[in-house]
Amino acid sequence: MYLVQLKEINFSYENGPSVLDGLDFVLQDHDRIAITGPNGTGKTTLFHIILGLIRPSAGEIHAFGKKMEDDNDFSECRSRAGLLFQDPDDQLFCPSVMEDVAFGPLNQGKSHNEAREIAEKTLRSLGLWHIRDRAPYHLSGGEKRLAALATILSMQPEILLLDEPTAGLAPEASEKLLAILDTYPARALVAISHDRLFLDALSAKRLVLKDGRLHS
Amino acid sequence: MTCERLAAGTSTLHTTDPRVKLCLAFILSVTIALLEGCPAQFAALAAGFLLVCWARLPVRETAGRLVAINFFLFLVAAVVPFTTPGVTAFSFLSLPVTWQGIELALSVWLKCNAIAAVNIAFLATSTIFSLAHALAHLKVPSKLVQLFFFSWRYIHILEEELGRIRTAASLRGFRPSTSLHTYRTLAWMTGALLIKGFERGERVYMAMRCRGFNGTFWLLSHFHFHARDGVIAAAGIVASLALLIMDNRTRCILFN
Ligand SMILES: Nc1ncnc2c1ncn2[C@@H]1O[C@H](COP(=O)(O)OP(=O)(O)O)[C@@H](O)[C@H]1O
Ligand SMILES: [Mg+2]
Repeated sequence: MYLVQLKEINFSYENGPSVLDGLDFVLQDHDRIAITGPNGTGKTTLFHIILGLIRPSAGEIHAFGKKMEDDNDFSECRSRAGLLFQDPDDQLFCPSVMEDVAFGPLNQGKSHNEAREIAEKTLRSLGLWHIRDRAPYHLSGGEKRLAALATILSMQPEILLLDEPTAGLAPEASEKLLAILDTYPARALVAISHDRLFLDALSAKRLVLKDGRLHS
Repeated sequence: MTCERLAAGTSTLHTTDPRVKLCLAFILSVTIALLEGCPAQFAALAAGFLLVCWARLPVRETAGRLVAINFFLFLVAAVVPFTTPGVTAFSFLSLPVTWQGIELALSVWLKCNAIAAVNIAFLATSTIFSLAHALAHLKVPSKLVQLFFFSWRYIHILEEELGRIRTAASLRGFRPSTSLHTYRTLAWMTGALLIKGFERGERVYMAMRCRGFNGTFWLLSHFHFHARDGVIAAAGIVASLALLIMDNRTRCILFN
């Protein structure tokens, strides 16, 4: 069974040229996939389609053995597949890092105490415990990226979708990110990235997005 | 964040239950708006001033906000004495100024400043997030709470984008002056600001949906209604009543 399967997806933004054109994609257990491709080819768009944040004009999306039809289907999917946004500033909006990390678990129906425990565990394992009370928008670039990752990992997703996770990070920060990803028990991982070192370390299968489709 | 700069403090007012603060801000604002005589209005302004002192807010920032309000009040206060009918007090540039007009201008000025001070003391001492949370607790319809929260969130985003655009322009040597070039650049900057702000807002909303946002505002440190909050609530209500009673006794002694 596939974790995620996209069939014949077509998509274009309003009044824009076609971005995805008959795109097929499958993700299986234990897959580690890297997606590359020039800027503006629709990689970010592809992630947003997998989570139902935008809807394709044609095609089918299956996730976790279920055909995705409406927002209810997708909201379960969003809780089981964590998306790290390209820009961490988009992802952090609570008054403190701690609250941001606890926001997802609370939405998943965890009690305040459970959410607090999960947030604490996540922050400690990412080495962010000392900045738990800081305002997210005042962190450094590397800290922001890790804090954004923490907000996702605290929801304990089975799949990780990472949109250019090492862009703008210093080498040490990238290594730290890799170490964290290595210990996180994800069933599958997809990363959009151009960072050779990062992709080599992930030992991911490479796909290239070109002309609206994925090529190996 | 500009509008939350006063929220970082440790005074008693900062740590008071935001639900109590919201209710008191509302009750006192309505009370002050109802006051008719100057003595009670003076008392209200004094009370507001004391509250602001009690919250130990940074003086410059607080004064800055009051100056902004008073700029608009000045426009009103400058016109009203001339346009209110009544007994002429004196003439200015051969235009009659009335006692009633002076009283009205004074009363508008006193009330507005008192209400502003009360709201700075009670509302600016909470983060927007906890105010949204408190509103939800007070059974304000969820749609209104979301409207409130997102207005703030998007204004903040616009503010950030404006900062970035400004930096980008000044790094390339842009100095505003009164020239066509300046106006054209400002127009482009405004356009860029709106589009970038809108797009960022969309993405923030997407990120919130990814984390299961469904309209609920969680606050990790949940509100606890302490005995102290009860005392503050009671004191606020007593103060409102005292102002109303005082107003009733002393109304209009100044000018008639
Ligand atoms: N909200 C949007 N509205 C209109 N066009 C967009 C929007 N977002 C992206 N695009 C366009 O769609 C194309 C694909 O964008 P994106 O998925 O972000 O590319 P990538 O992540 O591969 O760099 C680009 O040409 C971009 O300009
Ligand atoms: Mg992208």
